[in-house]
Amino acid sequence: MDFKNVKEYLGWLYYQYLLITSIYVLEPWEQSIFNSVLFSILAMVVYTSYMVVPVHVHLALEVFSGICGEQPESTMALMN
Amino acid sequence: MGRTTTPVTNGKLKIQMNGNNFKSAVCQKNGYDNKLQINGRANGTGPPSGKRLFQGQESFEQAPMYVAVMTYLGFGLVTLFGYFRDFLRAVGLEKCHIAKERDEQKDFVPLYQDFENFYTRNLYMRVRDNWNRPICSLPGPVFDVMERVSPDYNWTFRLTGKTIPNVINMGSYNYLGFAENNVDFLKTVAERVQQYGLGVCSTRQEMGNLGIHQELEELVAEFLGVESAMVLGMGFATNSTNIPALVGKGCLILSDELNHTSLILGARLSGATIRVFKHNNMQSLERVLRDAVCSGQPHTHRPWKKIMIMVEGIYSMEGSVVCLPDIVALKKKYKAYLYLDEAHSIGAVGPTGRGVTELFGLDPSDVDVLMGTFTKSFGAAGGYIAGKKELVDYLRSHSHSAVYASAMSPPVTEQILRAMRCIMGLDGTTIGQTRVHRLAENTRYFRSRLQEMGFIIYGNDDSPVIPLLLYMPGKVVAFSRAMLRRKVGVVVVGFPATPITEARARFCLSAAHTKEMLDKVLFDLNEVGDELCLKFSQRKYTSRPKEQHHNNNDLNKDFKQDSL
Repeated sequence: MDFKNVKEYLGWLYYQYLLITSIYVLEPWEQSIFNSVLFSILAMVVYTSYMVVPVHVHLALEVFSGICGEQPESTMALMN
Repeated sequence: MGRTTTPVTNGKLKIQMNGNNFKSAVCQKNGYDNKLQINGRANGTGPPSGKRLFQGQESFEQAPMYVAVMTYLGFGLVTLFGYFRDFLRAVGLEKCHIAKERDEQKDFVPLYQDFENFYTRNLYMRVRDNWNRPICSLPGPVFDVMERVSPDYNWTFRLTGKTIPNVINMGSYNYLGFAENNVDFLKTVAERVQQYGLGVCSTRQEMGNLGIHQELEELVAEFLGVESAMVLGMGFATNSTNIPALVGKGCLILSDELNHTSLILGARLSGATIRVFKHNNMQSLERVLRDAVCSGQPHTHRPWKKIMIMVEGIYSMEGSVVCLPDIVALKKKYKAYLYLDEAHSIGAVGPTGRGVTELFGLDPSDVDVLMGTFTKSFGAAGGYIAGKKELVDYLRSHSHSAVYASAMSPPVTEQILRAMRCIMGLDGTTIGQTRVHRLAENTRYFRSRLQEMGFIIYGNDDSPVIPLLLYMPGKVVAFSRAMLRRKVGVVVVGFPATPITEARARFCLSAAHTKEMLDKVLFDLNEVGDELCLKFSQRKYTSRPKEQHHNNNDLNKDFKQDSL
């Protein structure tokens, strides 16, 4: 299949989404309901991960650097 | 789209099957295992008599896991929306199109079971423009479809008055191309209409036994290689009214999992005990037979009066061919009777079109009751039962449809006579044999090309019925519509008639299809397969050497409906 432009390709991808989830058989207003529900759930997931993930990654890095930072100090203490 | 197959099982497993007794590999398994199943040679409990002329391979490949997951997800989503719409209908926000009781009768016992129709109301109705399409021409290799539109999402239809001409027909059971309207071929049929009229106005037993009926019965017996045959006016009724005459209470019927509704109905009407064995699985059949012979009838443990094994020649939903040599060996070993329903296989398989007995090189007298229909390969209507003379004479007076049903109409009888004489070569031409060979060629070609393209195909390599798996309900519907837009008419089958995850499109090839038609259909299938992502197969096939290259211009030409 050759697509003339990006718009056609995106249209084909949307068609595949409709077929795979079987939303294709529903009436247009039902499709809109489903799309909006799915979109809002995905938006909430993205937003939550945006708020939560950097903080947790930062904390995790701190813990790991704490462990690695202490290690050479304790061996130095033992040697002294 | 409905078919119920509730297996009726009773009886306890008294004897444990010892695996060592059955030393050879199972013949064919159905497709519900994890690995790819390709089964070649059939090995049974003993070597069958007669040589095997053809032994096609059967395969039931399973699709990747995500396909099953997305199919269930799709059904789940549509069910949720179904509940939502039912709620809207109950509340009154939406008009209810289905049958409902009147307001005055709301307190009575309900007449319409709402929940049973849930699937019909909420899934089938949305997409039912893909079924029951009206056609307005002969169902030959090409036909004309009437166009219809629906203003309210398929609750009602309106014919626009236009037809879609020359749609290639991949759904009609026209295996040898006898559904034709060529004046020369139909001359004798027209003569019969002038001689006898159309209605017989009686049953065979009273005043309806015409000379041509007896001529047809003798010809059918000669065609099949048996002693005697009886013909009836309707194929479905042949099964459902004759099985009660053969078995009754105290008998046992062993029926294949995927038998047709007519066989199941006949079995239930007879009152015999029914036990089901796995599709085409000889180990399962042997186990059930051993149990039955050892334990006897359910409560009294008396020996069964009769044990009858019911199988079909070609199973039309799977395209699989019965493992006949093994079943004949088993039936001889355990002294059971065999009822073979050759509705789809008579005329369509075998080197000269005599059915599965010829395909496997067996003697037709090994099968006790041979049954078939004239609807598929002979372009007529009706069915036959054949076997030994005593059996057929008994059935003539004890079968419901032989005694009570109206006799076969004379032009239909003449059509079967001329078609059968054509296949046997008795009319002096080789048209019949040419058609049988062309069907076999078309089958081989179409199947191999489909497998090369990467579709999942079920069934035996020799069977002209080709199910192409589509799996997801959205794709099933989109496939049917896309193919009709490209002027190819296909039959798609979904949930109640097939397992829920295995919706499919079923192609029925015909000897009347020319290679150009098949090439056009294959080209369209290739494009639609890419567009809808239907090529699930994970097997690699070496492509056959390219014989010729078709120009794309050829594929756009219109196929005119002409007679062969």
